[in-house]
Amino acid sequence: MARVDVRKTYKLYIGGKFPRSESGRSYEIRAADGGFVANAARASRKDARDAVVAARKAFAGWSSATAYNRGQILYRIAEMIEGRRDQFVAEVAAAEGLSTRKAAAVVEAAVDRWVWYAGWTDKFAQVFGASNPVAGPYFNFSVPEPTGVVAAFAPQSSSLLGFVSVVAPILTSGNTVVVVASEQRPLPVISLTEALATSDVPAGVVNVLTGHVDELAPHLAGHMDVNAVDLTGLAERDTVELEQRAAENVKRVVRPPSREPDWNATPDPTRIMAFTETKTVWHPMGL
Amino acid sequence: MSLSIHPAAADGPLTEVTASESALRRFLHGLPGVDQVGAEARAADLATRSIKTDAKRWAIDMAIRMTDLTTLEGQDTPGKVRALSTKAVQPDPSDPTVPSVAAVCVYPDLVEVAVEAVRGSGVQVAAVATAFPSGRSFMDVKLLDTRRAVEAGATEVDMVIDRGAFLAGHYGKVLDEIQQIKAACGDAHLKVILETGELVTLDNARRASWLALAGGADFIKTSTGKVTPASTTAVTLVMLEAVRDFFFATGQRRGVKSAGGIRSAKEAIRYLVLVNETAGPDWLTPDLFRLGASSLLNDLLMQRHKQATGRYWSTDYLTLD
Amino acid sequence: MTDTPVRNTRVPDMATPLWEYAPAPESRDIVTIDSSYGLFIGGEWVEPSDGTMFKTVNPATEEVLAEVAQAGRADVDRAVGAARKAFGRWAKLPGAERGKYLYRIARIIQERARELAVLESIDNGKPIKETRDIDLPLVAAHFFYYAGWADKLAWAGLGPDPRPLGVAGQIIPWNFPLLMLAWKVAPALACGNTVVLKPAETTPLTALLFAEICRQADLPPGVVNIVTGAGETGRHLVEHDGVDKIAFTGSTEVGKQIQRTVAGTGKRVTLELGGKAANVIFDDAPIDQAVEGIVNGIFFNQGHVCCAGSRLLVQESVHDAVIDKLKRRLGTLRLGDPLDKNTDIGAINSSVQLDRITELVSAGEQEGAQRWQPECDLPERGYWFPPTVFTGVAQSHRIAREEIFGPVVSVLTFRTPAEAIEKANNTPYGLSAGVWTEKGSRILWMAQRLRAGVVWANTFNKFDPASPFGGYKESGFGREGGRHGLGAYLAGGVH
Repeated sequence: MARVDVRKTYKLYIGGKFPRSESGRSYEIRAADGGFVANAARASRKDARDAVVAARKAFAGWSSATAYNRGQILYRIAEMIEGRRDQFVAEVAAAEGLSTRKAAAVVEAAVDRWVWYAGWTDKFAQVFGASNPVAGPYFNFSVPEPTGVVAAFAPQSSSLLGFVSVVAPILTSGNTVVVVASEQRPLPVISLTEALATSDVPAGVVNVLTGHVDELAPHLAGHMDVNAVDLTGLAERDTVELEQRAAENVKRVVRPPSREPDWNATPDPTRIMAFTETKTVWHPMGL
Repeated sequence: MSLSIHPAAADGPLTEVTASESALRRFLHGLPGVDQVGAEARAADLATRSIKTDAKRWAIDMAIRMTDLTTLEGQDTPGKVRALSTKAVQPDPSDPTVPSVAAVCVYPDLVEVAVEAVRGSGVQVAAVATAFPSGRSFMDVKLLDTRRAVEAGATEVDMVIDRGAFLAGHYGKVLDEIQQIKAACGDAHLKVILETGELVTLDNARRASWLALAGGADFIKTSTGKVTPASTTAVTLVMLEAVRDFFFATGQRRGVKSAGGIRSAKEAIRYLVLVNETAGPDWLTPDLFRLGASSLLNDLLMQRHKQATGRYWSTDYLTLD
Repeated sequence: MTDTPVRNTRVPDMATPLWEYAPAPESRDIVTIDSSYGLFIGGEWVEPSDGTMFKTVNPATEEVLAEVAQAGRADVDRAVGAARKAFGRWAKLPGAERGKYLYRIARIIQERARELAVLESIDNGKPIKETRDIDLPLVAAHFFYYAGWADKLAWAGLGPDPRPLGVAGQIIPWNFPLLMLAWKVAPALACGNTVVLKPAETTPLTALLFAEICRQADLPPGVVNIVTGAGETGRHLVEHDGVDKIAFTGSTEVGKQIQRTVAGTGKRVTLELGGKAANVIFDDAPIDQAVEGIVNGIFFNQGHVCCAGSRLLVQESVHDAVIDKLKRRLGTLRLGDPLDKNTDIGAINSSVQLDRITELVSAGEQEGAQRWQPECDLPERGYWFPPTVFTGVAQSHRIAREEIFGPVVSVLTFRTPAEAIEKANNTPYGLSAGVWTEKGSRILWMAQRLRAGVVWANTFNKFDPASPFGGYKESGFGREGGRHGLGAYLAGGVH
């Protein structure tokens, strides 16, 4: 007689914990073939609020960690995914309707993407910072620093690689993030949060919400303690109102592309720099 | 510096501070630092003041009255000193409205000549003493140097500090010398030359200023004129801040003398602006500010003629002494 | 001779002038102001389509200086059209050639520096000392700096294929009219964009003289277009479909409106907005230079500076010493005729701004802070406000939170570095900050934690074309100046 398998309860990831939605709601996730897979937590605006609080609390520590330390932690995430490769391949295959071979390629690309950004943590400031030759007896230098708390919308189609491609560059410079996962394909990312929780990523650095994008987006875009919003995952949607809400505290906004990009393309550091602020420091040089 | 940082003793200026070598060191190293770039920027900013017409006329005469007309050369002779002293009393024979300078400044052995030449004019005679300019001699020699100058009639003594001792951190030794020379001066006023060009940093200039003030200097003076750089507007700014803050700490007003390299009326007026806007207008008197110079006087006279006549002047109409 | 009796040793009386500086007015003759100015579109002076004009006044005297065209929607459309028409050829011009036009402009600005300085002082109210020694040298330097970038964009590290954005709509404030023009126009042109610039309503004249300089430089028609007007003109520019990029310097309130307006349009935006900078004085600061830094931080340009050090945070152990010295120093500031070469504090730029300063200062008093002003005679005509120090200010007071944009400093205290950081960062703004301490490691510790785009350590209000400038949080986004400033005007890469 076949064994009855133990199914996973898919929950949110906030402040390093895995709560259900405070609203007590969930929604059905179906596989690419239409079959029922699981009920995912349907986050409410209060969950979004709690996630922002957790992200803000984590910001001081994550942003002041050494770049080397952040790099090792991002690399550790890659190790964790690699170690649970088969699980991710299965989940991506189910979520995105891919063959196992193609899903494996996606998972491998996601692992490699973490590695790519892990290597940037202690380099982007060298590449994009500067020593500025001002006309006077001053030492003047510019360094890129993390913007703060970022609200991000993960791509809707590419459930895992898209998510990693959006979230990793935000984390690279030391931002903390509240991400709304792909609405219809959130499950690989829920598993990813389990890898994050065991990868020395401090609690609150990454917070993942599942649920209805339209319900959560206005609250995140309008939140006065969020410094930047990444609308990349909202391709082909009207984001005018979200951008307008973002203006309320002059958020940095990464606008959505007209259609979801091919996440297999070679990344560039644009996404890292989009969530940084350049700080310039002056000091006199004298005896 | 202010009362809240360094409370002054009630019974005399900074007696607590000078009570021991360690107290002195603590005090001097507890003074706020001087940011060189900021101090130079402030001095440069004040140098942009535009002094015109009546204000310029007033400044030229004040600068003349503040001048210590100086000759400090190995080739000085009684004849040279007499000529200079005559000019000190009456800088411009063609114009009796030109005031006398504050003092003539000479080597000790020529004090007698100068005293004779300025007698009755109100012009003071200053002697550089204490093995000027290096100060590298025995203390009894320095004291004798001072006493003999005063006996010869010098009413002002310009001493040099032991820069070697200062740079080695032997502040007590420097202080002790100043106090001894001060005592040897009797009624003569003591100007203490810091030789800031050898102290190099403005932090040192500030510490040396306070050290000299604590030792009883009536004036603190920038330079001997024998070292480059001599007076700069930045170092004068720092020294003016010291006498200003010393006043707020002790209630006593002490003077500053900028010496060396000040050759033009324009520069002299910049120094007056520094005095006016740093120590304050109360310091705009020969009792509290002096310019040690030799060639400056003729440029002041040239500018005075220009102001009076509207014509650019020629040294052919002035005396070259 | 020296042992004068003690007077009041706390705040001394500096008001007994033995030596009053005679007036030293800079000659106005160097400037010719026309009675009326049109719009500069496509290299030509044109009348506004509906004929509306407005007046610009000298804020020091309330004298009307000139009538200036008020650009309406049709005029803005015409200017954007001219810029669009010019864009293709300008963008295709080899960078080296574009650069030479900018070098020409830099040189002409140097040649006509005194004329521009006097005109700026007259139209803005700021002292000639500042326009002559700060604004104009920086304006020329800015064009010179970006001229050299025009043929080196591929080496700027902003991506492999840097391309201009197109037509840039640029809206600048009245506090540094010509300098803000330089900050906007120089990098835009160097990167191959064409521009439609709207100067501030109260200070249009130097921008209009700059149009003449563009003609002297033979800059191709339409590369720079200047449309004068008030907020409405700016709104037309922001809303115009033909504009690819908006660069704005001004209030946070208007910045937010602009961000809302361009939502969903794909227009690129950079915003340089308000500030409420903390200037932090530690007990081991070089106090005399710190006092100069405080003065320069808040009284430079009458405090009409977005990065002004308007919140003075003093360590409690040196509060009295610093405030005594500050008050004494303020007694030496010379307020009056902006064209007098010895004037330190000029006129408030407009009656509107004067009203705002006055309102916030009375709010400060009502909330219980102690107001102090040096003895200071204000001229009878014109808009003036004396240097003002508020002590006993709490974080919750309006004068500690709102940008006053005037010569008013609010003094708060702190006890520890952590408290200094907490208070300094406790604001929605994040443009600039100052730190004063002789301890190097503390400076770097502070500089790392201050959430501000520019940190001046043991100095304040220094600017340079090579130095990026711009804010965190509600102080805006994007950088002006330096290599980073190119990113605001290039497509196809990191910005």
